[in-house]
Amino acid sequence: MAEAPDMEAVFRAEYGRAVAVLVRFLDDIDLAEEAVQDAFATAVARWPETGVPPSPVGWIITTARNRAVDRLRQESSRDARHAEAARLHAPDAPPEEGPVRDDRLRLIFTCCHPALAPQSRIALTLRLLGGLSTAQIARAFLVPEATLAQRLVRAKAKIRDAGIPYRVPRDADLPDRLSAVLAVVYLIFNEGYTGDPALCAEALRLGRLLAELMPDEPEVTGLLALMLLVEARRPARRDADGVLVPLPEQDRARWDRALIAEGQELVRRCLGRTRSRPPSTRCTATRPPPPPPTGARSSLCTTS
Amino acid sequence: MKHYLLSVVQPAGATPPGPEALAAIMRDVEAFNDELRAAGAWVFAGGLHGPETATMLRPRGGDVLVTDGPYAEGKEYLGGLCLIRAADLDEALDWGRKAALATTLPIEVRPFVDQH
Repeated sequence: MAEAPDMEAVFRAEYGRAVAVLVRFLDDIDLAEEAVQDAFATAVARWPETGVPPSPVGWIITTARNRAVDRLRQESSRDARHAEAARLHAPDAPPEEGPVRDDRLRLIFTCCHPALAPQSRIALTLRLLGGLSTAQIARAFLVPEATLAQRLVRAKAKIRDAGIPYRVPRDADLPDRLSAVLAVVYLIFNEGYTGDPALCAEALRLGRLLAELMPDEPEVTGLLALMLLVEARRPARRDADGVLVPLPEQDRARWDRALIAEGQELVRRCLGRTRSRPPSTRCTATRPPPPPPTGARSSLCTTS
Repeated sequence: MKHYLLSVVQPAGATPPGPEALAAIMRDVEAFNDELRAAGAWVFAGGLHGPETATMLRPRGGDVLVTDGPYAEGKEYLGGLCLIRAADLDEALDWGRKAALATTLPIEVRPFVDQH
């Protein structure tokens, strides 16, 4: 009997990547989610016996893809579906043109498309890229689960019916579209500031992912730095009774030094650039480490 | 390729532009249509007379009732439309943006149901 794998950790780490790859193969978000969930269910049953494969995400993606092909074959007698299954079964499509190769980046731009309602963008991003369940997202945003589920269904239907593309915007549109993505990440972070800390962790994960995928975008680096520096103070923000502690009275020894170091390094890297400074960098740069936001929903600049 | 409808949203009761401004708008709209045609995206486009010229036909128990005027008095009405071909929503929105600048009016972009 192999050591019991930490499925929760694998799921959280790889769900988004697997869904993103499958969306590209299948051109359908619902099918992609089903296939990936099937693959994880198979993994839960099998991995305790066989051990975790060398590349868990590779295993999940291959299994999900095979499941999707089987399902398309089984569920439909239509020739078009068979042709689709044959196409999907073909060897890997040639690599994508252009500078961006990561499917998760495409998926986040699709989830944060301005044609979708802002609330839907947040829910879709947490669901598809973070792998959070509908129930978790609903709890975090204090909306009934049925309402949130409906919101997700409508958003996915709009992506399909209106033809919202699955790709990173071209350069001309990138600044605007990237702002929309960063706004979603920051809203998730803000929601977790006084609410569910898991949301802050998720926002940081998304921020790190974006910074890794778009290392040359100062706005991305700036937002990640801001979130890291604010998050670093979480351990000192409340006293033993759970009462908020004002910044000057906070026990600085309790601040997370590793997060501060990571955040300050990013700020320095951002300031070293010749491009004009984005607002988020300006905020974090003035007095690192900055005081906390005055309220849970404070805007980017009130945090400095 | 998908089809999208660009609807020109005309605010009701707004003062129409003067003759010179109108001529400039018409020139811009014509240039926009030419660009659509050159790109192979043009299917159909046209402006509509106001809602006061509309006639309503309502089915009533196997018969049809003919009445004057629009279905409902709204704050805005359909001023014109443009039917285009586009690969996806982003491409349709690019055309919609140009249409908004040319007409100087809000544009609603909606996808047609796919024909199979």
